[in-house]
Amino acid sequence: MWFGFPIRPEQASTIAEGIDHLYYFLTAMDLFFTAIIFLTIFYFAIRYRRRSKAETAEQIEGSLPLEVAWTVIPLVLVVVTFVWSSSLFIRNSRPPTAATEVFVIGKQWMWQLQHPEGVREINELHVPVGRPIKLTMTSEDVIHDFFVPAFRVKKDVVPGRYTSLWFQATKTGSYHLFCGQYCGVNHALMRGEVVVMEPQDYERWLSGSKKAETMPAAGARLYEQYACITCHGTGKGPAFNDLYGSQVKLQDGKTVLADEEYLRESILFPSAKIVAGYDPIMPTFKGQLTEEQILQLLAYIKSLGATERKAAQE
Amino acid sequence: MSEGRAAALGEQFEDLEQQHEASSLGMWVFLATEIMFFGGLFAGYTVYRGLYLPGFEAGSHLLNVKLGAFNTAVLLCSSLTMALAVRAAMLGRRRELVTFLILTILLGLTFVGVKMAFEWHHDYEEHLVPGIDFVSEGPNGRAIELFFVFYFFMTGVHALHMVIGIAILAVLTWQASQGRFGPERYNPVEMAGLYWHFVDVIWIFLFPLLYLIGAHH
Amino acid sequence: MSTTAVEATTGVNYLNAKYGIRSWLFTTDHKRIALLYLVSITFFFLIGGAAAVLMRLHLIEPQGALLEPATYNKMFSMHGIIMVFFFLIPSIPAVMGNFLVPMMVGARDLAFPRVNLLSWYIYILGGLFTLYAILAGGVDTGWTFYTPLSTTYANGQVMAAALGIFITGFSSILTGLNFVVTIHKMRAPGLTWFRLPLFIWAMYATSIIQILGTPVVAIAIVLVGLERLLHVGIFDPALGGDPILFQHLFWFYSHPAVYIMILPSMGVVSELITCFSKKRIFGYSFIAFSSVAIAVISFLVWGHHMFVSGQSVYAGLVFSALSFAVAIPSAIKVFNWTATLYKGSVSYQAPMLYALGFIGLFTMGGLTGLFLASLATDIHLHDTYFVIAHFHYIMVGGALMGYLGGLHFWWPKMTGRLYPDGWARFSALVIFIGFNLTFFPQFMLGYLGMPRRYAVYPPEFQVLNVMSSAGASILGVGYLIPLVYFIWSMRYGPVAGPNPWGAKGLEWETPSPPPTENFEELPIVEEEAYAYGVKEARVV
Repeated sequence: MWFGFPIRPEQASTIAEGIDHLYYFLTAMDLFFTAIIFLTIFYFAIRYRRRSKAETAEQIEGSLPLEVAWTVIPLVLVVVTFVWSSSLFIRNSRPPTAATEVFVIGKQWMWQLQHPEGVREINELHVPVGRPIKLTMTSEDVIHDFFVPAFRVKKDVVPGRYTSLWFQATKTGSYHLFCGQYCGVNHALMRGEVVVMEPQDYERWLSGSKKAETMPAAGARLYEQYACITCHGTGKGPAFNDLYGSQVKLQDGKTVLADEEYLRESILFPSAKIVAGYDPIMPTFKGQLTEEQILQLLAYIKSLGATERKAAQE
Repeated sequence: MSEGRAAALGEQFEDLEQQHEASSLGMWVFLATEIMFFGGLFAGYTVYRGLYLPGFEAGSHLLNVKLGAFNTAVLLCSSLTMALAVRAAMLGRRRELVTFLILTILLGLTFVGVKMAFEWHHDYEEHLVPGIDFVSEGPNGRAIELFFVFYFFMTGVHALHMVIGIAILAVLTWQASQGRFGPERYNPVEMAGLYWHFVDVIWIFLFPLLYLIGAHH
Repeated sequence: MSTTAVEATTGVNYLNAKYGIRSWLFTTDHKRIALLYLVSITFFFLIGGAAAVLMRLHLIEPQGALLEPATYNKMFSMHGIIMVFFFLIPSIPAVMGNFLVPMMVGARDLAFPRVNLLSWYIYILGGLFTLYAILAGGVDTGWTFYTPLSTTYANGQVMAAALGIFITGFSSILTGLNFVVTIHKMRAPGLTWFRLPLFIWAMYATSIIQILGTPVVAIAIVLVGLERLLHVGIFDPALGGDPILFQHLFWFYSHPAVYIMILPSMGVVSELITCFSKKRIFGYSFIAFSSVAIAVISFLVWGHHMFVSGQSVYAGLVFSALSFAVAIPSAIKVFNWTATLYKGSVSYQAPMLYALGFIGLFTMGGLTGLFLASLATDIHLHDTYFVIAHFHYIMVGGALMGYLGGLHFWWPKMTGRLYPDGWARFSALVIFIGFNLTFFPQFMLGYLGMPRRYAVYPPEFQVLNVMSSAGASILGVGYLIPLVYFIWSMRYGPVAGPNPWGAKGLEWETPSPPPTENFEELPIVEEEAYAYGVKEARVV
């Protein structure tokens, strides 16, 4: 607060304070240089104002030491800022390994959020304080953007691929969730709340909410319903045990990391990457599965064991 | 002679040499923008080729390499006749100039004709025109479609450049037959030549990128 | 206007050499084409400004005071498209560049006068398509045309607007081409590269960006049109396309385009600072080369618009580092301008006030750019009002202040008349104050988390929004004052004489308004640029 004006949003996540410190540093640097320029101009403007028409100026063509000084000093400051900012960014972009995964689907103009336990929310996300949460996000139509100012996190939600972000809330309360990327007519209404609760309150909320199947259970149901099991359960197609996060050998000799993108592509466009030793017999499921169902299948595959080392890197 | 000089010189210029240098530089700068224009397309092409190499190879195999190679040869010949036309203009040989310009136009028309009447028409019959009539079954269908999007767009834009070039050459041919060019004023022919060579060079890149991906059987 | 402006001046000049509408529409005189552009871009500025007024009025209330969300979206799209492509990009190059480049290099005209006229017609044609798009229902994609919103989901006249921008791009390319050739090949005898006014260096750097950048956005726009028309899947993920590819192509041009807007203003400021402190520029070659450096680096920083798009950490680091690098040449310029005042003989006519305003606002705009080049803070600030404030400080506080400063400086040369200096100083002050009141609160809004392009917003942002809207009303008035006295001066202003400011430079050595051929005798240059103090410039 500054003369009754808030100057920053609430700090409600583990990374917020670090961002704010960098922000204060940058602000201070800005004010310092703006002050130097403004004061110098004012001083020169008054000190060297033209006093008579006949007055002539003293001609000075430049000064190499000065040029060097005002090249090197900003350069040093900029390098310091870059190093500070980038190391903070790298640290902030690595999710902790034990994060709880919540799936997010953006569509014009709402947020659909799914907890692993099967609770489904619209435009509201309940999370416990102090536990890292990882969001895996995709969009059903245009590019959206998941933005929670109080957490200082933001990431585009892009159709046709998965993006992710993570946060760990530090303070209970209700915080704005905005769509940051312009997404059409009701972009400004694509808002929601992130509700941070004490763990026991959260458990109570979770058990009191209407629960559908858990994500992996729903995925398992789809696995049978769409007859995936007839090949993938019988050896005609690659098995799913410990698949997620592993390196998969392809027919053309390459290997590929079995991450969300790869699994998604293999469901929608099965022939794009053929696993070595199998025939390209799988039909496409494009148009038959919703984004939500694909996420459920992914959750199911992940539940069958994951090679954590690789998954953690993403 | 001096009247010819005065007529050929724009009022903003001091002398013919300055005018000549200015128009050459202008043409080169224009070609730089053209390179950036095609560069955007090549960038898009490269991205998708990297993403969907098998599909792009499969798409490429659907093209007729022989016709492509024939057209490449036609264009290379037209570059030669164009260069000879510029030389004729510099030397003031009117009849030779007209002949070579007409030859260049004919070769250009051959290229565009082969492209449209044989290749594009064939593609249309094979249902390979994305957005209008595209049918491709099989695992690489969507990648092949993307390949054909780029194929049609890039060859289309190239063909458009060819047509513009042919139109310019037609005007120049008429002017040449009126005796408008000579050692004092061959600038327009030279500039058209630069443009023509540029369009050829673009094709030299397009041909391998589109026709020769992966081994052909 | 031609008849009124020339009555009191003696002799034949470019304004009274020929009369009638045809003599304007078919002119190849770079000075007349400059005036054609001046009238056209002023028209578009007023339309874009009207959209801004409606937006600021609307945002007085959190739930929106005036417009439907869909209409609001059309307003900011129109504001962006018109201000960027039809006002800022052509502003200084097409008006002052057209008027001054040949005169400053001592030539009778640009290298390709007919191409120059063609570029104006292309501009008008593109403008007509855009006006059609607005009148026939508007566009709601934002000026950035992000896919797949623009290709698949947006309603409205996306095709017409895209076509308008595509066409106008060629006008920009032709202008740049003309300048590069003119600067290379048509300099007066003795006018070596390092004797050129810094405005010419700035125009040269700008032209390079126009030539190399514009075709790329043209192709991106064509691909959007193609995709929208045929649905072939270039940017549609459902068909295997990549929506992010469009952002790469778009920003490859549109980031350098920011420098198309700001570099010319920097050139103008170099002219003004020297003239009104009667001094040579401090560090000529540093300012000249920093223009070129900015132009080069500008092509390497586009990825900083995509830090939150999911691009790899490594790409982010590279683009962040390169974006920080732009700060250095910009800082060099600001320090050199400030140092130019030192021991000068500084006077405060209106153009100088605009120039000093430029330096202040550009400093703030440039420094706040560091927040956005920095990865960690950009994650929070991306697509918030902080970004809006930052680029308005650059584009309006910077580019537009420079444009107005230049217009005040060369107006007597263009029309032969002086405007009332008191009013002009007053308007400079009003604009400076109004501008800061409008956009400073937006920095705070942005850090608090208010996203851009929001037709409605949470109530806690209202106070700052109202402040911003109040400032905008002052700013709006500030822009209208010059419009009035400029028009007034064409008939009633005192005769200016060839060199009312006692300035150096070839354009001041010819009558005001200049004759059609610019110079009765082509000049031979024997001195450095800004040779103040060598021998006192002729004051009439």
